[in-house]
This record gives sequence, structure tokens and C-alpha cells, in this order.
Amino acid sequence: MDEREARASLKELGERLAKARGGLPPKLAPRGAPPTQDALAFGLRIGLELVVAVVVSVAIGWAIDRWLGTKPAAMVVMFFLGIAAGMWNVYRAVTGMGMKVGARGGKADATGDDEDED
Amino acid sequence: MALELHPLEQFVIKPIVPLHIGKIDISFTNSALLMTIAVLLATVIVVIGTRREELVPGRVQSLGELAYEFIGNMIDDTVGTDGQRYFPFVFTLFMFILFGNMLGLIPYGYTFTGQIIVTFAMAAVVFVGVTLIGIWRHGWHFLSFFVPHGVPIVLLVLLVPIELLSYLIRPFTLSIRLFANMLAGHTMLAIFGGFAASIGILGLLPLGLDVLIFFLELLVAVLQAYVFTILTCLYLNDAINLH
Repeated sequence: MDEREARASLKELGERLAKARGGLPPKLAPRGAPPTQDALAFGLRIGLELVVAVVVSVAIGWAIDRWLGTKPAAMVVMFFLGIAAGMWNVYRAVTGMGMKVGARGGKADATGDDEDED
Repeated sequence: MALELHPLEQFVIKPIVPLHIGKIDISFTNSALLMTIAVLLATVIVVIGTRREELVPGRVQSLGELAYEFIGNMIDDTVGTDGQRYFPFVFTLFMFILFGNMLGLIPYGYTFTGQIIVTFAMAAVVFVGVTLIGIWRHGWHFLSFFVPHGVPIVLLVLLVPIELLSYLIRPFTLSIRLFANMLAGHTMLAIFGGFAASIGILGLLPLGLDVLIFFLELLVAVLQAYVFTILTCLYLNDAINLH
């Protein structure tokens, strides 16, 4: 089976599945993830965000300073931006807003307008 | 008796077959050896698992099917069916990391996922790949990714750099998380192992602790492979379903 055929048959299968699930698109079908494993993985995921964000930002700031000779302005600015970015990442992960940079679409996803854009 | 502990010695890269091209050292090292074994083992499980497709799977076949379905469902749940196109990459990544972590737990083995350059190389491939996929699918529209919705223009001056920064940080958190977990776990095992070896009969205590830590490390090995993979999926989701 070549790829196009495979994709066509997958699509057909998806449609049949969606019908069987009562018209919901496949993404929205109720799914029960194993809660403990997910929670543990989630916790391990969050830990680093804050620290790394600050370290990486300060490093970028240091590089900008070296490049433009603006010591230490960029480093100071990047330090605070780094804190903000780290907190923002953690907040986004915790509230589960789909992990999206741009932070939109929490609602849009829930209503299920599953637009295919390409 | 002096305690001789070298808990970090296990991470030293030793050349097995020295090879040099000009000034570049491309020796086949213990790290490379373990990577080769990981790739071979993962391939063997998948190939043998699918050779005879039994209705009631045997041991190897159910291992292969388990891994396949695990990743398949993960992509479906996080990205949607559209993401199945990238299944081969995600599956390869998962198997490679999982086997790397697991093989590292075999005594006298080597943990290549405990090398920051290895994990960073993988995270960098994910980061660059996902960004390119985003640009390829959405063109310049991809940049709207960094502009939060419904925010006054004055605030955008502040928010766009933060969004950009939190995007740039991804490969670092992704790689450091895996690397640090492996490094810390194996160092801990080696330290307690060192105690057990050097304090005689009392050494039974750290030895027992080591056994417990070993089980914890088994869990961490699987979990970190899972975390790396699911984050890859989530990043992929960002790039594919921009809205």
C-alpha cells in the first residue's frame, strides 16, 4: 500500500470512528489517561522550567552585551524577562492551556473547530 | 581506610577504536557502542515483533505492539491524527532514549543519555524540526504564534519578547531535564555503591538502599523517555495546530 492509499484509508477509518463515537471528531473523544503516571510525569516536567529560563535568558543577555558593548543593560533586562518567561511557561503548563506559545485557543480547542489549514 | 569514591568516573568517554581524520577525533567510543546497541536492540524488537503477526502475540511481538500503540495513542491524544505523519520520528526518538536509559542501568554499561551533548543534540533536532514544520505549514503566519491574542498593543512590546524567550528556552529545558535526571540518578547509585564496597559489614545498609534506588531509576528511565517524547508531541502540536 503506498502512502496516499494508506492515508486515504486512515481518513476513512477516522470518519467511521468519529461516527461510532457519536459525531465527535476523534480528538474530542473522552480519553482516560492513567492519572498517576501522568501526574508524576507532569511534576518531573515542571521542575526545571523556572531555573533554566533565567539561566538561558541571562546567558543571552550576556551575549548581547558582549556583542553591542552595552554591559550590563541587556543582561539586567534579560534577567527579568527570563523570570517572566519561566513563570509564564510554568503557568501555562499548570493551567493546561494546550502549552501554546501565544496562549490562545484554550476555548477554541474545547469547542472543537478542528480546522485543517494547509 | 580512606574512602575512594569516583561516582562520576562512569561518565568518562573512553575510545574503543581510536579513529582520527586530520585533527577531528571520530573514535568509536563506549558511548557510541551503547548507542549502536540501543539502535540494534530497538530494531530487533520491532523487526522480530512484526515478522510473524500472530493473533495472540508472543513476548517480543507484544513488546513491539505495546511500544507502537503507546506512541501512536500519544500522538493521537496530543497532536491529533494529523500528527501521525511524524510517527516514525517520534517513535524512533522514544525507543532510542528508552533503550539508552535502560542500558545505562546495566552494571558496567554506559549511559549516553547522561551526556548533555547527546540530549541537547536530540532536543535541538526537535526544536529546529518543529520550527521548520511550523513555518512550512503556516508560512509567515507562524510568527503570529508569538503574538498573544486580544492584548493591548502597549503590552505587546513586553509580551512578545517573553513569548519568544519562552519558545527559545524549550530545547534547553528539554535536554537538561533528561540529562540531569540520568546524571543525578547514576551518581547516586555509584556513591551508595562505593559506600557499600568500602565499609565492610555495615555496607549492607547502603547496598539495600542501592537496590531501592535502582528500582526508582528504572521508573525514572521510562518516565524520562516518556516526558521527552510527550513534550516533543506537544511542541509538534503547537507547530501543526497553530490556532
